[in-house]
Amino acid sequence: MSPEITPSQTVGPFFHDALLEEDRSELVSPDHAEAIRIEGTVYDGTGEVVPDAMVEIWQANRAGRYNHPADDREDLPLDEDFSGFGRSGTGAGGEFSFVTVKPGPVPGANGQMQAPHLMVSVFGRGLLKRLVTRIYFPDEEEANASDPVLSTIEDLMLRRTLIARDEGSVLRFDIRLQGDGQTAFFEL
Amino acid sequence: MYPDYVATRLRAPKKPLIILPSTLSDTTGPAYGRAPLRDLDNDLTRQHSGEPLGERIIVTGRVLDGDGRPIRNSLIEIWQANAAGRYTHRLDRHPAPLDPNFSGAGRCLTDDEGRYRFVTIKPGAYPWKNHDNAWRPAHIHFSLFGSAFRSRLITQMYFPGDPLFEYDPIFQSVRDREAQQRLISTFDLETTRPEWALGYRFDIVLEGREATPMESRR
Repeated sequence: MSPEITPSQTVGPFFHDALLEEDRSELVSPDHAEAIRIEGTVYDGTGEVVPDAMVEIWQANRAGRYNHPADDREDLPLDEDFSGFGRSGTGAGGEFSFVTVKPGPVPGANGQMQAPHLMVSVFGRGLLKRLVTRIYFPDEEEANASDPVLSTIEDLMLRRTLIARDEGSVLRFDIRLQGDGQTAFFEL
Repeated sequence: MYPDYVATRLRAPKKPLIILPSTLSDTTGPAYGRAPLRDLDNDLTRQHSGEPLGERIIVTGRVLDGDGRPIRNSLIEIWQANAAGRYTHRLDRHPAPLDPNFSGAGRCLTDDEGRYRFVTIKPGAYPWKNHDNAWRPAHIHFSLFGSAFRSRLITQMYFPGDPLFEYDPIFQSVRDREAQQRLISTFDLETTRPEWALGYRFDIVLEGREATPMESRR
């Protein structure tokens, strides 16, 4: 018999010293030639900002390879300096940010390719378990249209919440936990 | 959403979660074994010039995946209140004393058998403003990565026999009684060091790499 999974509990309000002592929001240097900046704000169900959340990202490198043994596609380059993991607390205005590179496309279920995306976890006081969402890219219209995850979301408004907005020097990805314009969240 | 825990009311999503088919995006995950740990990261009683006040304890256990296999070389981060029930956090307004010798944050990596070990002091219960006369049972927060994105877990470890369990909406937000028990450490005489510290065991099981997610739940 397999052992039973340990349940999740909220991260609470007091995690900062333990989890955010080191700044892990820059996966590459802002001077990196291919660096992109992602900014967003976390909002609650009344539209108030959430100043005590934590956002984590996990992503493939520019070639579309994950820095993890389960991704053994050795024909794709692996950059040991690029971990693919980032973590940002939200500030007083509910804001978070990452500096990273845009990932390449990665394989999905049934051999279909997925559009470039970042996996996102949101933790916070009042969240019993993490919320999982994805950040897709606005300049990938074609790939997004055929993406096996995006294309199954029939509610177009909901689908659109997963695509970052191009604001010139930054990509904006706001996270609405509840209410009007709620972000699409996934069950793994 | 668990309305008795008031903060969930405006933060829990109301739209149903969308089932995400498993792909390389979630069967891979941050290989956090490379985190640069310092020697005393797993001993919260020796991070300052003096020893913290309180009951010294050893907390140890194994981290396993859903198939019972050890999760090796994986980062665990913990944080907790001091013996008086006060966090060092600037937003903790509980009028209990801070302890200059206790920060309450620790880290360690699991070994080849998935084992971890922390030395700390037993945290105190503390009041919060969720409802009238609300108190959190003593607990230690645990953050784990496991082997993949899908195995990421943040949870809380409790101590056996705490009279506050039945009044705590965070503990009760896990509605299944058996699942609640999996959040409670067990006193362990074998881990207990004579003349020095009480021992508690807390094993943690993460969503497994090979587990079929729909079948392994509930």
